[in-house]
Amino acid sequence: MEDTIVRAQNFNAYFGTNHVVKNVNIDLPRNNAIAVMGPSGCGKTTFLRCINRMHELIAGAHVDGKMYLHQEDIYDMHPIFVRLKIGMVFQRPNPFPNLSIYDNVIAGYKLVGMKLPKAERDQKVEESLTKAALWNEVKDSLHKKGTFLSGGQQQRLCIARAIAMEPEVMLFDEPTSALDPISTASIEELFFELKKSYTLIIVTHNMQQAARVSDRTAFFYLGELVEFDDTKQMFTNPKDLRTQNYITGRFS
Amino acid sequence: MNKKPTSPINYRLAKSRAYQVLIIIFAMAITIPLFFIIGYIFVQGVQKINWTFLTHIPKPVGESGGGIANALVGSLIIVAVAAVIAIPIGIMCGIYLSENKRSKLAYWSRLSVDILQGVPSIVIGIVVYFWIVKPAGGFSAFSGSIALAIMMLPIVVRSTEETLKLLPDSLKEAALALGIPYHRVILSVIVPCGISGILSGVILSVARIAGETAPLLFTAFGNPYLSGDIRKPMQSLPLLIFNYATSPYDDWRDLAWGASLILLLWVLLLNIFTKVITRRWKIQL
Amino acid sequence: MMESLSFNKEAIVSSPEITRKSWLQRWLLRVIPYAMNNEKSATVTKTKAKTTNRSSKQIRWENFFRNALVWIAVAMVVLMLGVFVTLCIQSIPSFKALGLKYLWGRTWDPVNEVYGAWPFLIGTLLTSFTALIISIPFSFAVAIFLGEYYPNGWLSNFLRNAVELIAAVPSVIYGFWGLFVLVPIVRKLESGIGAPPFGVGIFSASLVLAIMVIPYAASLSRELIRLVPSHLKEGAYALGATRYEVIMKVILPYTKSGLLAGVLLSLGRALGETMAVTMVIGNSSAIPSGKFFLFGPGNTMASVIANEFTEAATTTYLSALIELGLVLFLVTVVINMIGKRIISRFTNE
Repeated sequence: MEDTIVRAQNFNAYFGTNHVVKNVNIDLPRNNAIAVMGPSGCGKTTFLRCINRMHELIAGAHVDGKMYLHQEDIYDMHPIFVRLKIGMVFQRPNPFPNLSIYDNVIAGYKLVGMKLPKAERDQKVEESLTKAALWNEVKDSLHKKGTFLSGGQQQRLCIARAIAMEPEVMLFDEPTSALDPISTASIEELFFELKKSYTLIIVTHNMQQAARVSDRTAFFYLGELVEFDDTKQMFTNPKDLRTQNYITGRFS
Repeated sequence: MNKKPTSPINYRLAKSRAYQVLIIIFAMAITIPLFFIIGYIFVQGVQKINWTFLTHIPKPVGESGGGIANALVGSLIIVAVAAVIAIPIGIMCGIYLSENKRSKLAYWSRLSVDILQGVPSIVIGIVVYFWIVKPAGGFSAFSGSIALAIMMLPIVVRSTEETLKLLPDSLKEAALALGIPYHRVILSVIVPCGISGILSGVILSVARIAGETAPLLFTAFGNPYLSGDIRKPMQSLPLLIFNYATSPYDDWRDLAWGASLILLLWVLLLNIFTKVITRRWKIQL
Repeated sequence: MMESLSFNKEAIVSSPEITRKSWLQRWLLRVIPYAMNNEKSATVTKTKAKTTNRSSKQIRWENFFRNALVWIAVAMVVLMLGVFVTLCIQSIPSFKALGLKYLWGRTWDPVNEVYGAWPFLIGTLLTSFTALIISIPFSFAVAIFLGEYYPNGWLSNFLRNAVELIAAVPSVIYGFWGLFVLVPIVRKLESGIGAPPFGVGIFSASLVLAIMVIPYAASLSRELIRLVPSHLKEGAYALGATRYEVIMKVILPYTKSGLLAGVLLSLGRALGETMAVTMVIGNSSAIPSGKFFLFGPGNTMASVIANEFTEAATTTYLSALIELGLVLFLVTVVINMIGKRIISRFTNE
């Protein structure tokens, strides 16, 4: 029986009076790549953003229910601590334009004033960039600003930046939807390596990506968690009619 | 049946051409008074500037020579104190307004800043007179700095707010998602990315108040001697120009011409500096 | 390499055995118990002693920062209200002694304690509106030049910088130049047309003001003209309109309210201008009159304050001047607000 790392219990999320995520109960297992899919507006991105408490940044947003990381309710902690353990990669690559590549990778430390000794810094940068499969491409231009990189490279830089924080869980909000097919492929390859060290939760609009990349898949529809199962099982033998309709393209 | 056009084409084209010429003439005409003024100040002032001019204080009436050292030092001190007060407050207010676009407080705060921007400088001077000069019992450079700081604030606030509003939200989100606390996100990510716009607002506001006279008339008041004490009256360049230009003494008027040139050069330099900074330090998003 | 970074599989907080944890995990271990008030594990009680650590300090700084932002925003409102209230309070003596008819009193004679603001209201209105009338054609010409005919290129940069320079020159310098260059010229003009050759006066002040306020209407109008959507202009060209007609029939009507806002901005600036006006207006409290009323000396509300504030010995005298300041404040604020309201409606349409 696998360890559960993130658990949602009767979890709801709202934008003001708009009930966007409805009564979700889910146990996410450790060291898996978990895809979260569903049609537009089904609440999957909102649910993802609740896991690292980014949802509440929007005025009027609130939640109820419980969300556990290991056994602790993340809504009892200060959000900063949650975000130190649960990293996020966004849809559009967003490296900090005023920092060099090197500084971008360790931005999580640099920007809070945490000073690491140089050897440790160098090592961390190299390790994170290697894990993000970007080291070889940028190792000679570490001190240039990151905006000259291609979209796929920028996104891998953002992944390296999240990895450098040594999170336990990494959240991906449609990470390849703004990228070309080749960059998309390279990032999907990355997921196979990353899940050995981290738990990956990947929101995707692309069913085929979910099928390619994930071990488990969660299907959201109109705010509800409809089905959560082994990816292979879900795509070959979905249990719910709505899942079946989505997979066969009845609606997207 | 052919309908006659409302006007023959040639006439309309000629009218359009003539209009263009008219616009060009009127537009370029504004450069005439500008260059006339700058040129005149230059010619009149350049002869008066020498080392004595820059390092001595004005001589009493009747004696020739002397300089504007007290005004130079005084301007520097008054402007520096005003800047030190106004810049941090202005930037913080700008940050608040750009971060809280819709709150009630933001609405009233923005309105207040807009109102302050339109208040005539002499009105600010008399208000600060009643706030500081009267209770303290005398004119002081400090009260002058306060008046100038009040004039600087709206410019700094507005330019900070406008600059930060242009930054994409994803920048803030990326930083927050790394677990960086809010104050660090603003101070270490958002502000540095907007630094060129903020800086240009700051420099422009300094250039603006460096030339202001009216707020200092009843606050810093002026001082014929070199003074570094901000609790006492102090001379500033624009004040000296005003007082000496309208005086009946030739020597003093000469000083005023020299001072005008220095002031003009100073303001020009600051404006050029702003342009250079904005280009150089602009972060490509 | 991967090995050294793989974290301990036990739950972080309750693990008594600390093996091969990274420094970050050790730091978190110290910090989480404080944040969570969790009494359960042994490690918690051990590390609770070290709770004056970085992250609780960071949270305190964060709260401090947020509060500071709010307080500063409040301070702006307080500042503005303070200015207004001070003006009102200091005007009370004058209001009590002279009443509302002070505002249209025609005589200003401090020596005999007779105060009437009418000459200065007239002076202000005359100088400002004359300055506007003179400067508007030039402002609009600059705006159309930069917005429509030459939006780019070296000529455009040149003119744009020139306009900014006009706004940057300090007003004392305008006054000084006006006094020594413009006034003699005006004096010659006045003798030429048979008016008393003062030189200084309303007309000179209007001329200097006109130069000074050109940039305000020009910059705003230029921006708005540049922002006229090209599909509107193209529609007109496609119908065979000449450039003149596109400007007159499409661009200017479209930007009409914005141009008005620009004029109001220039007006606001002219009303509040003190130094340049003070130096060339002649400092007289007589009401401009006669055939050559524009060419005689006068005073504006701002210039009389500048000239007589330090001489005001009695409370009523001083208060009368402050009341002028209050009127100036209200008028300029109202005009600027109307201008800004028009602009914001324009940019939100």
